[in-house]
Amino acid sequence: MTDLLSYLNEPFAQNALLAATLVAVMCGLIGPFVIMRRMAFAVHGTSELAFTGAAAGLLLGGHALAGAFIGALVVAGLIGLFGGRERERDASIGVILAFGLGLGVLLLSFYKGFSAQATNILFGNIFGVDNGQLALLVVVGMLVCITMLTMYRPLVFASLDPEVARARGLPMALLSGVFLVVLALTVTEAAQVVGTLLVLSLAITPAAAAQRLTVRPASLTVLSIIFALTASVGGLLLSLAFDGIKPTVCITGISFAIYITAFLATLRRQ
Amino acid sequence: MQEPVVRLHDATLKLGGRTLWKNLSLDIAPGEFVAVLGPNGSGKSSFIKTLLGLYPQTTGSVQVLGTPPPQSRTHIGYVPQQKAFDRDIPLTGRDLVALGVTGSRWFAQFTKPADEKRVASAITQVGATRYASKPLGRLSGGEQQRLRIAQAIVGNPQLLLCDEPLLSLDLASQQQIATLIHAQRQKGSAVVFVTHEINPILPMVDRVLYLVGGRWAMGTPAEVLTTERLTMLYGMPVEVLNVHGRILVVASNEHALTEPHDAHHHHVIHEEDRS
Repeated sequence: MTDLLSYLNEPFAQNALLAATLVAVMCGLIGPFVIMRRMAFAVHGTSELAFTGAAAGLLLGGHALAGAFIGALVVAGLIGLFGGRERERDASIGVILAFGLGLGVLLLSFYKGFSAQATNILFGNIFGVDNGQLALLVVVGMLVCITMLTMYRPLVFASLDPEVARARGLPMALLSGVFLVVLALTVTEAAQVVGTLLVLSLAITPAAAAQRLTVRPASLTVLSIIFALTASVGGLLLSLAFDGIKPTVCITGISFAIYITAFLATLRRQ
Repeated sequence: MQEPVVRLHDATLKLGGRTLWKNLSLDIAPGEFVAVLGPNGSGKSSFIKTLLGLYPQTTGSVQVLGTPPPQSRTHIGYVPQQKAFDRDIPLTGRDLVALGVTGSRWFAQFTKPADEKRVASAITQVGATRYASKPLGRLSGGEQQRLRIAQAIVGNPQLLLCDEPLLSLDLASQQQIATLIHAQRQKGSAVVFVTHEINPILPMVDRVLYLVGGRWAMGTPAEVLTTERLTMLYGMPVEVLNVHGRILVVASNEHALTEPHDAHHHHVIHEEDRS
């Protein structure tokens, strides 16, 4: 435990904690909407393509994180373009995902530098967040949170009762477009913490656990954020306390444990 | 005379190259109950969507509360086609009604006590207080539909648009939902009610808009639902029967029996089964 306290004085651990907190709040916020709008595959697709963006960023300017964010915006645009209707969306994400990953591998083969920077994004590298990256994470995180709060109620309406929401004149295309961008940015940011392959453990699992426990949209969001924070920050601290266990493993483990607990606790009621 | 709630002048709607209705002119007064009838695909739902501004008319003019449709949306209550909610939808009945008040508000803000009062009063009006706090997805079709009515009337709209609100409900629920809509019209709302089955609402209907293959007829049920008028409208022999106060539209020629008549036909059989 003394180890843990001394770690917390280190800048790398402080940066990691801040990043983990930020990512948990963002993921907790969007998670319920990902479930309501059945976009789990979009989360998976955009997160894996963060790898391609990172590879392109490295190759072009030596900046993996910036590349991943720009890549996320491109992917959001492509999904919006190809997958207009809900029924077509999953297929078009699959198409984009397959091509994008191939492109990522190609880009990486051209890169002569230290390619761990790009592969890091597959499994997360939370302890490698430097001050410049942290600043970028904070700016994007604030942007996502402000956008989500601004459109919170209309997005609930549009996601759960689309016919009436459209009749009321809510801008449905704008809402789903903006949400897609928010999702892509959040997922890319989360990829930095848990890795693209495990983003769902923060973007879906906490919300899925929360959904077992409540049917009110507001408490769903609050619970989902609390669960994401518990997993993200808790996993990070656990990994610091027990040297040698990767934070990613602890985060996904806690996240899954929360879900299992919620599942078992409500098993009889269902 | 009062300003009409809905005014169409020579309006035509074409969708995907097909003319749904042509040169439609009509006025709907406050408190008036208009049933929109016709076979599937004749543009009944599209008529409602035009009043909502979602399908703008191809030619002619459409005014709702004195303005083009998109601007009057906040004064319109809309009950969509009866369709069950997902079992796991994260809403209670009360939340669904509340969306009618706060769902269109931007910038997260806390619900005001006045909003909650309006929601509670709408829920009381439709008699859904007992189950309003339960998960919406676990309620019966009739209970869900009551809450939909509450959501539509919570803003005390001047126009209530209902798209097949009785579909797939049992007969008792049909009667209850129809009565709730009737109550709202007695408070002064004009009602446009799309249905393929007029009998449950026949006693409360002032006028009927009948759409068939681009043609239309409008008038009281007694004027429009006659053998002569509907034969002209369908362009084929159609018979209107009055059986114990129920109106049945059947093709005179059994071989020409088409889908909409079939629906009426089934209903008769169903009724006989019950008695």
